[in-house]
Amino acid sequence: MVPVVELNDITHVYVTDREASLAVEGIDLSVEPGEFVSLVGPSGCGKTTILSVIAGLLQPTKGTAIVNGKQVSGPSPEVGYMLQQDYLFPWRTIMDNALIGLELTERLNPDSRSEVQSLLKEMGLAGSGPLYPAQLSGGMRQRVALVRTLATDPGLLLLDEPFSALDYQTKLQLEDLIVETLRERGKTAILVTHDLSEAIAMSDRVVLLNRNPGRIHRMFAVPENIRAVQPFYARKEPGFNELFHEIWGEMQRIGKE
Amino acid sequence: MTTNRERKEPASSSNRWLQDIYDKHRRKKRSIQSRVLTVQLSLLLLFFAWWEAAGRMKWIDVLLFSYPTKIFSNIWDNIVTGELWGHLGITVGETVVGFLLGTLVGTLLAVIIWWSPFLNKVLDPYMVVFNSMPKVALGPIFIVMFGAGFTAIVVTTLSITVIVTTLVVYNSFNEVDSNLIKVVRTFGGTKRQVFQRVILPASYPAIVSTLKVNVGMAWVGVIVGEFLVAKSGLGYLIMYGFQVFNFTLVLSSLLIIAVVATAMYQIVVYIERKLLAHR
Repeated sequence: MVPVVELNDITHVYVTDREASLAVEGIDLSVEPGEFVSLVGPSGCGKTTILSVIAGLLQPTKGTAIVNGKQVSGPSPEVGYMLQQDYLFPWRTIMDNALIGLELTERLNPDSRSEVQSLLKEMGLAGSGPLYPAQLSGGMRQRVALVRTLATDPGLLLLDEPFSALDYQTKLQLEDLIVETLRERGKTAILVTHDLSEAIAMSDRVVLLNRNPGRIHRMFAVPENIRAVQPFYARKEPGFNELFHEIWGEMQRIGKE
Repeated sequence: MTTNRERKEPASSSNRWLQDIYDKHRRKKRSIQSRVLTVQLSLLLLFFAWWEAAGRMKWIDVLLFSYPTKIFSNIWDNIVTGELWGHLGITVGETVVGFLLGTLVGTLLAVIIWWSPFLNKVLDPYMVVFNSMPKVALGPIFIVMFGAGFTAIVVTTLSITVIVTTLVVYNSFNEVDSNLIKVVRTFGGTKRQVFQRVILPASYPAIVSTLKVNVGMAWVGVIVGEFLVAKSGLGYLIMYGFQVFNFTLVLSSLLIIAVVATAMYQIVVYIERKLLAHR
């Protein structure tokens, strides 16, 4: 199988007026179709930098990023990006917010519009189309953001800590919703998170990054029984705690270095 | 007994209880509002009454300070003879054109320097210098350039409003949450799309609020312009009244300016509320 994402020896340097600093160095990573991969690591390990490179928002200083067999040169509709918060436009209705991607890629037509309508319904947002973001709760807004990302039908989703601004209950519900939705549609996903248990519960593979500069430290495959169930129940599966402690111990060791 | 009733109809009784508290709150609020209004109106009446009395009893120099009934009858005469409308129309016309054009040109300039950060850096010191200069001093030059009339007065107004508008609007362009821009960029949006879909709509409140500031500024520009050019308009009436020592005319014009400027400001506030209803 051709991998959806292939990072070859990615190195990125951030240049400011004061200095040029190495953010990530020598990142090699490939993600298979339909795979759900999580990037975890201490802050400053360049998780978001790696996502930005894959999304085409950032040109890496060295190395190549290949998505769907083509070298990344800029943002493309094949890659969807979900941010830390919903970042819905407050002046647009929910429907118009969900349609923004189609508008920008000039694919807005009656068909795609009705597809977004049914997508909203699927996410439990039926009837909220004419409302404004301020009238919705945080969890609902993040679900609208998910619809906005899915509307352009990207094969690859980049999730940049999409649950970090939500309360615990909403976060657990959304984890299930996202994993189910992506699995149903056969999407590939890369999740950046601070939350180790979230990473294990949601993904097929957990990539632990080291910091200063960001490097891949170790990869952990999530056992089949944990992957098979919804994230909420995954936390109760045998082997979950052992994996958690293994990765946790490894993270502690990195922190002391 | 009360517990008995509560047990029978708990919902409606608790509703009534909440309603009572809410009603009390509303009554209290309304009584404060009416007291404020009463004091405001009494102050105004008291001021006019004192002014009238002081004028008629010759406590103050009537030639300089006139008094209300004299001013109102002067305004009334001007309305009846129709002389007022011409002056009022010209001044209001200049002000409206001045503040709309000022906001428009200022916003366009902000768009240009947002589009080209290089041009922004180049123009920055010039804008700072021009902004700190008392623009009214340029009035005579505008009169020579555009002739003594409408154009020179509008240009004087623009010289006051444009740069401030540019600075405020440009600032609001820069304060737009970069994550909203990122949303558009992740869909492959161009710079033009970023501007149209994010920067401009996010800055509407700032642009409308410069409209509010510019109403006041435009009045300054127009009246000063009319002082200098002096052929017609309320500024001209003030200047003329001053030259022939008719201070009743000066004060009448001032009163009309105060009323019309307030009305104009309220219209802009109304438009703002309509435009930004959803934010």
